[in-house]
Amino acid sequence: MNKTYGIIAAFDTTPEIYQACEKVRDAGYTQWDALTPFPVHGLDYAMGLRRSKVPRFSLAGGITGFTVGMGFIAWLGLSEYPLVVGGKPMFSPMFAFPVSYELTILFTAFATIGGMFFLNRLPMHYHPVMKAPQFVRAMDDRFYIVIETNDPKFNATATRDLLVKIGGKDIAELEA
Amino acid sequence: MGAHASDHPVPAILAEVKPAVMPRPVLVANNRDFHWITEKICGLVEGKTPVWWWWCFGAAAFVASFTIAGLIYLVATGVGVWGHANPVNWAWDIVNFVFWIGIGHAGTLISAILCLLRQKWRTSINRPAEAMTIFAVVCAAIFPVFHVGRIWFAVTPGWLFPFPNSNGIWQNFRSPLEWDVFAVSTYGTVSVLFWYVGLIPDLGTLRDRFTAAGNVLKARIYGFFAMGWRGSNRQWSNYEMAYLILAGISTPLVLSVHTIVSFDFAVSLIPGWHTTIFPPYFVAGAIFSGFGMVLTLMLPLRAVYRLDDLITQYHIDCMCKIILATGTMVGYAYSMEFFIAWYGANPYEGFAFINRAFGHYAWAYWIMISCNVITPQFFWFKAVRNNTTLVWILCLFVNVGMWFERFVIIVTSLARDFLPSSWGYYSPSIVEIFTFFGTFGVFSVLFLLFIRFLPIMPMSEIKMVIPAADPHGSTKH
Repeated sequence: MNKTYGIIAAFDTTPEIYQACEKVRDAGYTQWDALTPFPVHGLDYAMGLRRSKVPRFSLAGGITGFTVGMGFIAWLGLSEYPLVVGGKPMFSPMFAFPVSYELTILFTAFATIGGMFFLNRLPMHYHPVMKAPQFVRAMDDRFYIVIETNDPKFNATATRDLLVKIGGKDIAELEA
Repeated sequence: MGAHASDHPVPAILAEVKPAVMPRPVLVANNRDFHWITEKICGLVEGKTPVWWWWCFGAAAFVASFTIAGLIYLVATGVGVWGHANPVNWAWDIVNFVFWIGIGHAGTLISAILCLLRQKWRTSINRPAEAMTIFAVVCAAIFPVFHVGRIWFAVTPGWLFPFPNSNGIWQNFRSPLEWDVFAVSTYGTVSVLFWYVGLIPDLGTLRDRFTAAGNVLKARIYGFFAMGWRGSNRQWSNYEMAYLILAGISTPLVLSVHTIVSFDFAVSLIPGWHTTIFPPYFVAGAIFSGFGMVLTLMLPLRAVYRLDDLITQYHIDCMCKIILATGTMVGYAYSMEFFIAWYGANPYEGFAFINRAFGHYAWAYWIMISCNVITPQFFWFKAVRNNTTLVWILCLFVNVGMWFERFVIIVTSLARDFLPSSWGYYSPSIVEIFTFFGTFGVFSVLFLLFIRFLPIMPMSEIKMVIPAADPHGSTKH
């Protein structure tokens, strides 16, 4: 028999998934997730998730971009090929600003998206939940909770009972 | 953590004063549910290609061939095939560039600024508006890249992009033209990234539907671009943060891009260009023209795909009001330019403006005034905003007017500069006219491909704004 990845339970409405997530969180599970067709407002709180770490990547990207812009233009004007144009200074942060500003934004955008991909472990073209036949509705109009077997609190019967108690429907085991 | 209903106890005073219930306008009409939204939008991609699509595509491709022919002729012959001559050495190339870039700005405004302002009505129009942005930037980029004549010179010896020429000399980073290269390339790149990030969840939906329907090839293609998205809340949490940050950085980006475009003119000394009002005036004009184009595209799309439940009258109203507001700002800028030309007591500046209104190019000036200042004023009236056909026609005038604005600013100022001995009159050559005409085909080809192969509206975001998405099950919102 194949190894089980976890147990999946379906919920039909947004309030149901919200309250169910609160209960799974309060039951002390850590290795679990909710699948929703859209980001449900406040579900991070109901799941007990911390604030996303994406902004750290963005900040690093922004600082890099600004430094690259200023540094590149300073290097060009002061060292690589100093050239007087219109009697203006070889380098000034004033005229270097627009380009540095744009590079700040450019690098921030790449870092933000790169950070999001990294934190979400994308691209990940295979995942046990994708094999489940009910998954097509997770991207459409239904909500699911998946509790993984490698959760320290996981217990085949107790976990299933919890999912039943909090109103989960169509409870099934997921193959790894 | 987000605000929760329980965090805000109802103030006692409300029970006494019994405030009148002010229903918010519904964003998705007829109480459509999650599944209807999925079926509607995925259905457009999954269904058979409609016959009208092929006709439009054929016509658009034919028009686009004018641009391709014009550009081949230009590269093979030289920039002399365009009508530029002293003193008007910048003409349709930069006019068309600013025109198309400006159109793009409404897409970013809708996707970024309205996102930060929590304007929920943006959800059903942001995807096509962002697509419009990207395709408009493509059309805009044609002109500065090809105006160097031999296009490979744009990269080596670096007439546009930062590579040194054969003498080892680099670009002049003191020049707004070089700033503009960075601004526009950043804008194009970030717009594509933002658009793609928005598409990921919807591509995931399409992947799963094609998988369920047994269409392996399409499931693979959409799945490849969906990157394995599975809508898990741990993913959404990072995704939402990334989306918010992208909106946050796109807002200063869109404002800076048109500011820097206006620096191309404002930093020079030509009378009529050398004014400090240019950055805000250009940004307002860009948003004005962009919303004109959004409505020009969206109204036929709404009619042909029967999207009335998703693009409601409320959406059209909001967009008309933005056109009214920005059009009035543009009108204010026109009058303020005149006032400053007089008040500044600079004879050259004063002449430039009198010449605009009453000189050889007065026809262009008055087309601009009637299209940009008078047309939007009709949107004060609800009856006009409710008449979709009339809105569409007025938006066409906005598009025309904004092209003429750039023409007036650029050509009249150059044709009559400081020395009467260098004055001239510019007329476009047939090659220029064809090249510009063809860009509408290029734009339409891209847009038609978009509406055929990609979900035209962000399903996950629209699902968020219907009442069923409220986790507290309240209908108060």
